[in-house]
Amino acid sequence: MTLPRLLVLSFAMFAVGTFGVLARRHVIAVLLSIELMFNAANLAIVSAAWAHGLLHGVVVVFFAIAVTVAEVAVGLALFVLAHRLRGTNQLDDLNTLRG
Amino acid sequence: MIWAIVALAAPALALVAIGLIPPLRRSGRPAAWVSVAAISAALAAAAVAAAEVVRSGPAVREVLWAPLHSFPPVRFGILLDGLSATMAVLVAGVALAVQVYSLGYMSGESRPSLGRYFAYHSLFAFAMLGLVLSHNTLQTYVFWELVGLGSYLLIGFWFERPAAARAALKAFWTTRLGDVGFAVGVVVLWAAGGTFVFSELFERAADGSLAGPMLAVGVAGLYLGAAGKSAQFPFHVWLPDAMEGPTPVSALIHAATMVAAGVYLMVRIAPLLAHTPTVSAWVLGIGCLTAFLSATMALVERDVKRVLAYSTVSQLGYMMAAVGAGAAGAAFFHLSTHALFKALLFLAAGSLIHALHTNDLFEMGGLYKRMPWTAATFLIGALALAGVFPLSGFFSKDEVLAGVLDHGHRFAFAVLLATAFLTAFYIFRAFWLAFLGGRDADRHAHESPPVMLAPMAVLAAGTALAGLGGWRAIAHMLGVSVSFPEGVHAGHPPAIVPVLGSAAALAGIALAWSGYGRGLWSPAALRAQLAPAVRVLERRWFIDDLFLALYRALYLVPTRIVGWFDRYLVDGVVNWVTDRTRAASQALRVTQSGRVQDALYFLVAGAIVLLALAARS
Repeated sequence: MTLPRLLVLSFAMFAVGTFGVLARRHVIAVLLSIELMFNAANLAIVSAAWAHGLLHGVVVVFFAIAVTVAEVAVGLALFVLAHRLRGTNQLDDLNTLRG
Repeated sequence: MIWAIVALAAPALALVAIGLIPPLRRSGRPAAWVSVAAISAALAAAAVAAAEVVRSGPAVREVLWAPLHSFPPVRFGILLDGLSATMAVLVAGVALAVQVYSLGYMSGESRPSLGRYFAYHSLFAFAMLGLVLSHNTLQTYVFWELVGLGSYLLIGFWFERPAAARAALKAFWTTRLGDVGFAVGVVVLWAAGGTFVFSELFERAADGSLAGPMLAVGVAGLYLGAAGKSAQFPFHVWLPDAMEGPTPVSALIHAATMVAAGVYLMVRIAPLLAHTPTVSAWVLGIGCLTAFLSATMALVERDVKRVLAYSTVSQLGYMMAAVGAGAAGAAFFHLSTHALFKALLFLAAGSLIHALHTNDLFEMGGLYKRMPWTAATFLIGALALAGVFPLSGFFSKDEVLAGVLDHGHRFAFAVLLATAFLTAFYIFRAFWLAFLGGRDADRHAHESPPVMLAPMAVLAAGTALAGLGGWRAIAHMLGVSVSFPEGVHAGHPPAIVPVLGSAAALAGIALAWSGYGRGLWSPAALRAQLAPAVRVLERRWFIDDLFLALYRALYLVPTRIVGWFDRYLVDGVVNWVTDRTRAASQALRVTQSGRVQDALYFLVAGAIVLLALAARS
């Protein structure tokens, strides 16, 4: 595997994640898609670090994964509260900011 | 001189006391007695001052009021001469009679209301005496407006009644309209003559330094003010409506004093008027027109007070005509006698109204049995007004007619003679309807209390006796005044004048008697036959309607146009901008769906665009 191919893979993952965020209507699915986008970014960083033989990039990715996990925990908590308050987890129904 | 100041100060002190001590004002009767005591003191002081004038001639006391840079200073002063002293005695005397009468007439008022009434009376007495004793035009103007304020407050005394409130406003605004002319006249005379002081203005006019159009404009301006106050055509419309006030107020203000102030002013500036023949001609013409028109309006009036009001307007026209003809002395004589007999007539009418609680002549009748004193005093006043020998009205009306004829105004003389006939008719029509008419107003009518009858009796005595030697006394007093430096001389009219005057009066009385007393002709039938003419008279010659139409044409129409411009053009631009803004934001609302993914579409699209740009460079 060469760096360009890894980067193409990373871009493809990111694109799939973006499509999921835009297209899916359930919050859990959207959250999963966001995870996919995160990991696409992580893959790009790790690939670049591996290609240049540097350890910094790997360390950064470790931190990024930890932060992502924490963020998923916060996001899930928000969805649970949203479900309690609004009775739904469909994004189309959570539209109180409508103008 | 000190007594003139006392006469001026006494009502002022009463006003301050009643006005500034609320417990006194709310106490009612004590406040009334304070006011009556003050006006009594003023009357006594004015009488002493008049005696002083007879003894030692005119006197002036002045203080510096406003020092002006590069102009002569403005002075505040009291001029005590024959004219002002006589007028002051007259004003204080009638005011005293009316205030005493008010003690009875206004007895139904609540106490605070009574206190307020007498506070206004003191204000009026102070203002009127100040006006009479002023020695310059500016000071006259100040008191002139104070008098107008007093009149406004007293007409609108029963302000809970919408008609009274409207009448007060109408009186104030109508006289104000004339007062604009007064203000212009004061300033023009000051600009041309360099002084406000009457006697100095007379000197400048006599030596020719004050002449030409400036003098004419100044005098015409003062005449406008006088026409407003003295209810001359076309400003006369306020006076009949002013009858909404209490009857004693009508007697004092709208018969004897305030409305005479305009005539007084014109008599005061008679030396200036003598130099402006054009203005004099106008004064004469409008005076005759006023006298005749209002006499015709009185012919069909049902309200006893309004009959007297039209009569007052008519008699004021008489006085103004005399002033315009150049017989200012006769005008002042008529002013004096008119003040007495018209106040008397109003007080007698008030006595009727007090007993019957109606103003309508056709609801009265046969009252001479129940109210003999009122009937007798009314009769004396009516005879004097008609001009029957030997009552005072005969002599003064005779002097006016003689003065007008003496200066060669034959047509004016004829008009005034016709007016005298109408006057005699309408006042005796009222007399017959109220006191003698066939219908017996069975209303438990009762004679008024002595506190009301006594002032009427005093005025009746004055009315009956003032003619005998009155002209000599008035002429003597005017001889020691600054307005008549050459004295006053009776005209030398042909002997036909008193004969014609008496004939007109007796003919009028006879006509009223034959119609309303004996029923030789039927007033109702005549009225039906002359329905269009009667309608013109009842609509007051459409003059009020003319004012209304003018108001609409000159004021309402332009305001409508301006209002349309503001509403549809100025506001239209503003409204169009806001409407467009609202519509645009309405269109943009749909982009704010509230769905997070719709926002993300734009975010992603933006990122893609940026990426594409980055890839190209």
